[in-house]
Amino acid sequence: MSVKVRIPAPLQKLTSNKSEVEVEAATIKELVESLEKVYPGIKGRICDESGKIRRFINFYVNDEDVRFLKGDDTVLKDADQVSIIPAIAGGAGENRK
Amino acid sequence: MILNEQQIDRYSRQIILPHVGGKGQDKILNAKVLIVGTGGLGAPCAFYLAAAGIGKIGLVDSDKVELNNLQRQILHTTADVGIPKAESGKKRITALNPDINVVTHNLRLTSQNALELIKNYDIVVDGTDNFPTRFLINDACVMGGRPLVHAGIFRFDGQIMTIMPKSGPCYRCLFPEPPPPGLVPSCQEGGILGAVAGILGVLQANEVLKFVLGIGDLLIGKLLIFDALSSSFRTVKVPRDNECAVCSDHATITELLDYQQQACQIRRDEK
Repeated sequence: MSVKVRIPAPLQKLTSNKSEVEVEAATIKELVESLEKVYPGIKGRICDESGKIRRFINFYVNDEDVRFLKGDDTVLKDADQVSIIPAIAGGAGENRK
Repeated sequence: MILNEQQIDRYSRQIILPHVGGKGQDKILNAKVLIVGTGGLGAPCAFYLAAAGIGKIGLVDSDKVELNNLQRQILHTTADVGIPKAESGKKRITALNPDINVVTHNLRLTSQNALELIKNYDIVVDGTDNFPTRFLINDACVMGGRPLVHAGIFRFDGQIMTIMPKSGPCYRCLFPEPPPPGLVPSCQEGGILGAVAGILGVLQANEVLKFVLGIGDLLIGKLLIFDALSSSFRTVKVPRDNECAVCSDHATITELLDYQQQACQIRRDEK
């Protein structure tokens, strides 16, 4: 299955600044592995030590959050659009105390 | 409240709108909005809300204006460098619209003062730049029953969602917990284009005005994502999380916490 994946700004350093990449994967779990093969280091940013998707990063298949589908076992279809969306802060530019 | 002639003139371009009218303007003039952070998001949001005539605007900020703020924080001017941001914001808002009662809260939002602060307002705008305060505001608004307009920006990306406590999903339904310190670059490291902050801050003002007027559809249960490089918007669904640590029936967070020290230790019990 070839799917397009939107890469959020904080992870684009690892994808040579590309905001969208295409990978082969049948599930979200496979998608993370496929990304890691092409862009080493990205899995460590997406998943915690136990391999689970971090709790401030969401995966969407089209516009559905996979946490409310089948998590990282969610099955992908051809032409699905996957988005990785992390929590972002930034705004005020306050000084850290 | 009967509008005086000056008010009718000042607000004429929105009073003539089919969904506003004199009644709508009256609602705006009676509304009380708390804006937490007067920076990249809070400044444009506050400016537009003041222009629209929001009766009472609370500005929460403990910082002083710095030169590097001025690239995006349009509430402050070069002459304001060094003065508290809340005061500088009040000065600019009052110059724009003397109708507005601006209340300055020259302090940092904490677990001790958050509930007390928000209860004096109808709706809260999150214009902060850090995860601990974002989660604190979310939790406080859920517990205090105040609607919240959340937005976040990073480089060329922006996100916005409106939270109606208990009836819609909260920020923790979207992201259960903050990232541990150091894992996500801050605004200072990441950079931000001023116009991107402006777009999201003005979208927040738009949400507030719709809420006050009771018109249109708010961004409840959906996250609107802006990509400045392609100039595109898209939305994703945000369902309520039945296991949400703060807004579900199984809430495990029942008191406000200061995450500054504890962000790493907070874990929802794994299912």
